[in-house]
Amino acid sequence: MLELTAAALLLGMALVLIRAIRGPSVFERILAANSFNTKTLLLIAVIGFLSESPTDYLDISLMYAIIGFIGTVAVLRCVEYGGFLDRDDPDTEREEVQ
Amino acid sequence: MSVMMDVVSGILLFSGAFFMLVGTIGILRFPDAMAQIHAAGITDTLGVALIVLGLMVQAGFTLLTIKLLVILAVLLFTNPTASHALSRSIAHYNARSAREGHNKELEFGVTNNVWPLIRESGDQSQGNTE
Repeated sequence: MLELTAAALLLGMALVLIRAIRGPSVFERILAANSFNTKTLLLIAVIGFLSESPTDYLDISLMYAIIGFIGTVAVLRCVEYGGFLDRDDPDTEREEVQ
Repeated sequence: MSVMMDVVSGILLFSGAFFMLVGTIGILRFPDAMAQIHAAGITDTLGVALIVLGLMVQAGFTLLTIKLLVILAVLLFTNPTASHALSRSIAHYNARSAREGHNKELEFGVTNNVWPLIRESGDQSQGNTE
């Protein structure tokens, strides 16, 4: 059953890559990249359960989840504001430096 | 008992993979970015939850279950947040394009970064300007 899940996840990753390459706008590519991130971390967790020590693979999965989310939001901010720092965001409240 | 745990885990894994595949086919078939978020955001999160639950049933009452629970909690919080941020950005882009006209460079992903989207034209800021 685990091998079947891993094969289905691989197929899903290939299909999402098609949308990432073909998508005519940048928003579709961001969405496809986020979905690819999620499927990758699931694939790593399932392969970890197929091996001897699943603990290491689950740690990698957890890091991938967090970094994937941060990457998606960072790219989105870069598309919206021109940069992902705080000074590029016109909504941040600046503190007056005395 | 162990056979029943395997059967339950198999059912959960199978349905999780099925939802993932259906969502991916939806991403390929829908015409617009805003419509693809419907397919990607919902089925992605549900498929992840089901697969992680299936792995938890297979792990038993060890430390692996708690780690999988942490992964599930992180994904249940961050996937809808990313979908919301993306759809909000698309809505802002559509609203501004209706007012000013479409920015073809940005829409087709050319990385020239010449048109900051949301900032109004009177903003004084340090980022890239035209």
